[in-house]
Amino acid sequence: MPELNTSSLPDLIFSILFFFMIVTSMREEEVKVEYTLPKGTGLSKIERKTAVVNIHIGSPSKQYVSQLGMSTRVQLNDRFANVKEVAPFVVNERSLMRQADQAVMKVALKTDQNVKMGIITDVKMELRKARALSLMYSADERNKQ
Amino acid sequence: MGKGQRKVPGINASSTADISFILLIFFLVVTSMNSSTGLNVRLPEPPEDEDLQNPPKIKKRNSLIVLVNLDNKIMITQGERPAYEISVSDLRQLAKEFISNDENRADYPEKHAEDVVFEDGGTEHTLPSGRQQNITSKHVISLQTDRGTSYNTYFEVSNELYAAYDELRDELARKEYGKPYNKLDEVQQMLCRLYYKTMISEAEPRSIGGGM
Repeated sequence: MPELNTSSLPDLIFSILFFFMIVTSMREEEVKVEYTLPKGTGLSKIERKTAVVNIHIGSPSKQYVSQLGMSTRVQLNDRFANVKEVAPFVVNERSLMRQADQAVMKVALKTDQNVKMGIITDVKMELRKARALSLMYSADERNKQ
Repeated sequence: MGKGQRKVPGINASSTADISFILLIFFLVVTSMNSSTGLNVRLPEPPEDEDLQNPPKIKKRNSLIVLVNLDNKIMITQGERPAYEISVSDLRQLAKEFISNDENRADYPEKHAEDVVFEDGGTEHTLPSGRQQNITSKHVISLQTDRGTSYNTYFEVSNELYAAYDELRDELARKEYGKPYNKLDEVQQMLCRLYYKTMISEAEPRSIGGGM
């Protein structure tokens, strides 16, 4: 009985591997705040990930509680920031984007569900100042969990 | 060396498949195809000084004020009726009735005959049922929050309000085109959006607590 020729199997697997390496992105900013997203229905997906700026709002993670306490914080990229820094941050992020993405830039607010509206209102005012008017309240689909 | 050809022993490659399998599985586990979802909203332009001094006059029947207070209770003020409390689950139906005013009620937004036209590179598109439509273009839903309102309640309320528009557009799409909204092409969707324009205004922080 002739043996099955498996010599091309490694090549096959390698190409799948490369496909996944290219498609998925490893670089995820470290999230320093804890947040549970609210749940909603009929939510839309983000179409162009390269045109999205993430802003995290929540209470600091365990390792930062000793320095910062439990009060709500805004995280821009990898650092904690003041609400007043949101507008310059967004303008800067926009200038780093490709031309095509700049026009459709979207800010995703990843906010803990227990945060008070005061800070959200302030962040929204900052975004309006920066003319970043396309906004997304990140949330999970309700029936998922 | 000697006679004949020497046979070079091939490298045993039978384990390469296993090694690459392990790599593949590692990448599958580590990377997340994070498909993030959320609620899309459009913020208004930054306020001009003039707008703040002369806020536009809105007739009472055209405005639906949704106030989410400190205790996360939802209070509705509409028309001449006194404010009353409502649950999140009833909000969508109320908003739909308010926005569409199907029964042409005197206490709900007035309907105007207006042209619903979408111009695209010189060609004009209209809904199949005609250019002029009776729409409640002057209605405003005002969403007000307190600084102490929880984001969760605010989000649920916004979700319901935006869903009300989505459902009305879907109903319109079925009536006009016999298809659900998400099966329409871009021009048709645009026309449905023009028919039911999203008119959710969120109060500036300064006007919180004040009347309309």
